[in-house]
Amino acid sequence: MSPLSAYSDRTNGPLPHGPEWDFELLERYDRVIAETAAEYQLDTYPNQIEIINSEQMLDAYASSGLPIGYPHWSYGKAFIRHEQSYRKGYQGLAYEIVINSNPCIAYLMEENSLMMQALVIAHASYGHNSFFKGNYLFRQFTQADAILDYLVFARRYVMECEQRYGMAEVEEVLDSCHALSEYGVERYRRPQPQSAREREARKSELEEHQRKQFDDIWRTLPPSAPASQIAASGQFPTEPEENILYFVEKHSPRLAPWQRELVRIVRKTAQYFYPQTQTKVMNEGWATFWHYTLLNRLYEKRLVNDAFMIEFLHSHTNVIAQRGFDQEGYRGMNPYALGFAMMSDIRRICEHPTDEDRYWFPELAGSDWGTSLDFAMRNFKDESFIGQYLSPRLIRDFRLFVVADHVGKAELEVDSIHDEHGYKRVRRMLADLYKRENQLPEIQVTRYERDGDRSLLLRNQIYRGRPLAEDEANEVLRHLGRLWGFPVRLEAVDAEGRVDGYREWRP
Amino acid sequence: MNYLIDRRLNGRNKSAVNRERFIRRYKEHIRRAVKGMVAERSITDMAKGGDVKVPAKDISEPGFGYGDGGDWETVHPGNKEFVRGDKIPRPERGGGGKGGSQSGSGEAVDDFVFSLSRDEFLSIFFEDLELPNLMRTAVAEAQDKKFVRAGYVKEGTPCNLSVPKTMKTALARRIALGGPVKEEIESVREELEAALLEGKPQFFIEALRERLDVLERRLQRLPFLDEVDLRYRYRVAVPRPSARAVMFCLMDVSASMDERKKDLAKRFYTLLYLFLTRKYERVELVFIRHTDEAQEVDEDTFFYDTQSGGTVVYSALELMHQICAARYPKSEWNIYAAQASDGDAFGADPAKSARFLREYLLPISRYFAYIEVPDDNSPGTSSLWVEYDQLRSADLNFAMKRVFQPQEIYPVFRDLFRKERAHA
Repeated sequence: MSPLSAYSDRTNGPLPHGPEWDFELLERYDRVIAETAAEYQLDTYPNQIEIINSEQMLDAYASSGLPIGYPHWSYGKAFIRHEQSYRKGYQGLAYEIVINSNPCIAYLMEENSLMMQALVIAHASYGHNSFFKGNYLFRQFTQADAILDYLVFARRYVMECEQRYGMAEVEEVLDSCHALSEYGVERYRRPQPQSAREREARKSELEEHQRKQFDDIWRTLPPSAPASQIAASGQFPTEPEENILYFVEKHSPRLAPWQRELVRIVRKTAQYFYPQTQTKVMNEGWATFWHYTLLNRLYEKRLVNDAFMIEFLHSHTNVIAQRGFDQEGYRGMNPYALGFAMMSDIRRICEHPTDEDRYWFPELAGSDWGTSLDFAMRNFKDESFIGQYLSPRLIRDFRLFVVADHVGKAELEVDSIHDEHGYKRVRRMLADLYKRENQLPEIQVTRYERDGDRSLLLRNQIYRGRPLAEDEANEVLRHLGRLWGFPVRLEAVDAEGRVDGYREWRP
Repeated sequence: MNYLIDRRLNGRNKSAVNRERFIRRYKEHIRRAVKGMVAERSITDMAKGGDVKVPAKDISEPGFGYGDGGDWETVHPGNKEFVRGDKIPRPERGGGGKGGSQSGSGEAVDDFVFSLSRDEFLSIFFEDLELPNLMRTAVAEAQDKKFVRAGYVKEGTPCNLSVPKTMKTALARRIALGGPVKEEIESVREELEAALLEGKPQFFIEALRERLDVLERRLQRLPFLDEVDLRYRYRVAVPRPSARAVMFCLMDVSASMDERKKDLAKRFYTLLYLFLTRKYERVELVFIRHTDEAQEVDEDTFFYDTQSGGTVVYSALELMHQICAARYPKSEWNIYAAQASDGDAFGADPAKSARFLREYLLPISRYFAYIEVPDDNSPGTSSLWVEYDQLRSADLNFAMKRVFQPQEIYPVFRDLFRKERAHA
């Protein structure tokens, strides 16, 4: 039984269309979209679609889309900023906000027209939703089942702390944590701590192995310095730690337990957002591709009429408009445009490859587009996705070019353009724009003088000669110092390992 | 399984608490802005909200980031004529084309501007202000009564019937009276069963059955609800101190009060009026304006109507006294007054006014404030000021201030109505 025939039994002709929506209509649209999504085997969490008004949308904006948050002035600031620019008409509001949770919650604005609601349901509840469920970063770093409970816990905990220790105290800790929140994320999974039984099992396994491998000849080798010796030399941590908040939480000599818990809350929240920052292009591209594909399929099945389609295409083209660098309102690459173009391009390469495509993407050309696209969605983040899939054809379509701004040169130089020589380099450079090193300086904890003055040493590995922003760095150091309670130092180290700059904060 | 939920009726002010925190954190900036607004505004706009500017630097949330310098490459779309190796002059601001994905660094430099609502504006505006001396003697002359709960009684009106309490009593009664009967029923029943088993004589069994019947009927006769179960809520009257206050606003609108002075005086009263209406639900206001004769007017006329003529301060004070005597007896009302004038009074009027004030008005007033709006900023030499000045030392409940410029209104106002520290 195909979903198509199953549906056409129930209705005759297309779904009603008009500017006004009601709940019954939304349900009917949602049902056909769900059936169409099932045709394409989109794997999603269950959906929870909520209708909100503009004021609630502003509230949601202020808390980065989370339905529950702990109270803090910075959210008030965000709220005031959005409200102000909305009231003055500088900024429209999003049509939807979607939350990576299970069930997947999507907020729809009540002002949307019926077509818009259908678009948004397809976009958020089936596009984003399946991305949240499938992409490896989200799978690794966020627990969709637990996030809402955690937020409730965080809010309650912060408010209890405020009652017990005073609002100012709590605010101070949170301020300092927020300054470091970008350095409170795990980029790679930490191994799970072993339980005593696992340790025991591993030890006996090792002994058994050694027993089997025993050979007296090994005793004749000169002994090498064991790893434990480094630790014994007082160097701590033995490996640099890039998660500064994690290090503070675990090792700060000053923080009280409740303050550590606050650090943890900020860290966990930042971690929850980390995958979203790394997959903006993919996530939006995926969702846009699917609302486009699903609604077009509805049209093919004659479930929506021409008027609906015209209205839809109008909105869709607005979303994926990419302005040129010299045009009014240019704000860099539009993630919707780039993402949608790349997703559609993968489908094109699979279905109708040219000779060029066969040369550049031999494994894609002619394969099943559904499988290939699904693979791309699951296993990449923006940087690697662009590095892997940006085709010469798209580089030409977007007319991309690279401008190099090098500190030693008086002028900017056009590094590459969309030509035979340039494709690879343009692709590499565009991918690099989405690299974390490009957005944030690399800073790690390298030493904690546990037995000395308890100072903390951070190291900034200078990336391509780019210095830290002075004032801000000093501010952040002050915040870190407040959490640490003892001197905090930050040294900048260039590629050869020479110390290039040094700053310090003392309590 | 998909759910569709209408959330529009849920609370919309989720961010209110965060907004309030923001305002608390930047109170200093906001206070300064509010002060500036008061000086600039016209009277009709006084109570509106307003825009507050906070320098972006002060509210920035820092984070590690790249400064200017170093090597960068950016990718842009829409190439038209560039080819590899083209040179482009560096744009004015250093740093040139920083990452295309980052939104321009120029954005954050603007000041952060936001609007205060009318309520927020006023609450900052009148922070820490209080009517002085309020309630000091009002307690002793308590007139008001308030009914408070005082347990339960067995008699009362049906509207006071307490159903839960009544049901509880009924339950208690049924248990108390029915318990022994039930126990007896139980024992008789056991006896009967034993008798049946043992095959006791018929009459014996009949007797037991009858006994059981009697007992069961007795149990049934226990009413579910009885008259004695009824309980009524009881209330007693407790005298309550009254804090009724009346505020007299006296303003000189004579010819010598030119527009500038009237504007100053009105500004003062506007503040006063806003303050009182905001702070007290139970404050009554009486507006008196005077030239050579005094009139009681409503608030619109007081603030927005123009009039001119000679000056007899005494007339206003006398009218105030009459009104007090007729409508606001001292024993029931806290009486406050504020008077504004340029101090130009002639002949016997100042001395007469001061005397009248001391003898009749100050004894019945909690607080009397005098605001002088002089022609120039020289030290006070107006005839009324000289006369009133003598009252100042003698009476605690009298205060006077001079105001020359709109900017001074707010500080003077705050000064006059500062919260009494001793009682705070």
